[in-house]
Amino acid sequence: MIESKKLDQNFKLEVAEEMGNSNFTHCFACGTCTAGCPVRVIDSKYNPRKIIRMVLLGMREEVLSSEFIWLCSTCYTCYDRCPQDVQMTSLMTALRNIAVREGYVHPSFKEQARLIGSFGRLYEIEDFDNKKREKMGLPAMKKIHEEVIKLLEHEAKKEAES
Amino acid sequence: MKFALFLGCTIPVRGQNYEMSSRAVAKVLGIELIDLDDFSCCGYPVKSTNHHDTMVMAARNLAIASEKGLEIATLCNACTGVLTEVEKELSENKELRDKINEELKKIGREYKPGVRVRHFSRILYEDIGVEKLKEKIIKDLSALEFSVHYGCHYLRPAEIFQGFDDPENPETIDKLIEATGAKSIDYKGKLDCCGGAILGVDEDIALSMSNNKLAQITKNKVDGLITVCTFCTIMYEDNQKKIEAKFECEYNLPTLYYPQLLGLAFGLGKKELGFRLNKVKANELLDKIGVE
Repeated sequence: MIESKKLDQNFKLEVAEEMGNSNFTHCFACGTCTAGCPVRVIDSKYNPRKIIRMVLLGMREEVLSSEFIWLCSTCYTCYDRCPQDVQMTSLMTALRNIAVREGYVHPSFKEQARLIGSFGRLYEIEDFDNKKREKMGLPAMKKIHEEVIKLLEHEAKKEAES
Repeated sequence: MKFALFLGCTIPVRGQNYEMSSRAVAKVLGIELIDLDDFSCCGYPVKSTNHHDTMVMAARNLAIASEKGLEIATLCNACTGVLTEVEKELSENKELRDKINEELKKIGREYKPGVRVRHFSRILYEDIGVEKLKEKIIKDLSALEFSVHYGCHYLRPAEIFQGFDDPENPETIDKLIEATGAKSIDYKGKLDCCGGAILGVDEDIALSMSNNKLAQITKNKVDGLITVCTFCTIMYEDNQKKIEAKFECEYNLPTLYYPQLLGLAFGLGKKELGFRLNKVKANELLDKIGVE
């Protein structure tokens, strides 16, 4: 049951600001997104059409604290097929980014961000890796990208503060 | 023909067979792949936590290529998607470009529009072309049948890829496969995602997504699966044993990167194409074409 008192009328504006457009307000709930979604076909807890309705209704807390916002596989099938140009994949990114700022971050993405902020890459390159590469006739990889660490410093600071 | 080779994070440590075979076929075709030490992660992995950081990271990589006056050739679909998308956004939006460049100043770099980014397979299709590839082929692979998994970010979102292939009915890699003499066999669910991007979020869903595809492909008794992305290969090949155990089935489906197949057709050896690193052994198909 939806409690109207708990709805946040400004949520859709907040999401539109994050996305840089308000295309999702044009959604006429045809369900093309849900019909073609490769995640939805496996598990109904992820349902793009429902997520759009929840955003439009202003169910801010339910959406941001949900498990389902982390389940988009970013395949862009709905993005390409949507007759109203809702840009669902970008909508999911916007929801995740807002959720992160509100303190809801899936541990898997938190860890990825930590690795990128520490090395500038997702996997740490060890001497062992470069030796292995040399044996295969492949060039050595740079271990740490200081420039990336510097560019993402603000993230590391936030992490330290929290 | 010269390109800056963008490897990304996963290929140098978990997909060296893709890298080795790509370098080997490029050499045969006279494509020079330049290694730029400063290329980092493309930026895709931080998109869910901070889209702005993704743009900054991608813009930095684009700036590094443009400083050398080089186009970028990518191997991973996720890198292809992010670099192409950010290049489009920044070249079309001056306000955003200025904002990102303000940050890049901290490291003494500047993004300038006009850095072309394309997947290596797309380059093979567009710049070399099927006919030219056929001229270099010395080994008959007509005894082999494959199915192809394109991977999402090779094709979608369509608006960033200048219409080089049809995202609802793609054919570029099918044609590249058939250029080698091997057959490309269609199957149900060809466009479906591997699930790789959510493996860390919900393993059950991600592995189910891959399982569905493996089940469809193996119905046709093909010799192997062809991919052009390490993320997809991790799902279909590295996780194949796990999927077989979980869903109580047996696929034993060799998974080859397209350049490995092309390299075989060029007469290159399995060692230089990195077949030792293929987790599901391809010996049966190699025997069929007399590769020892």
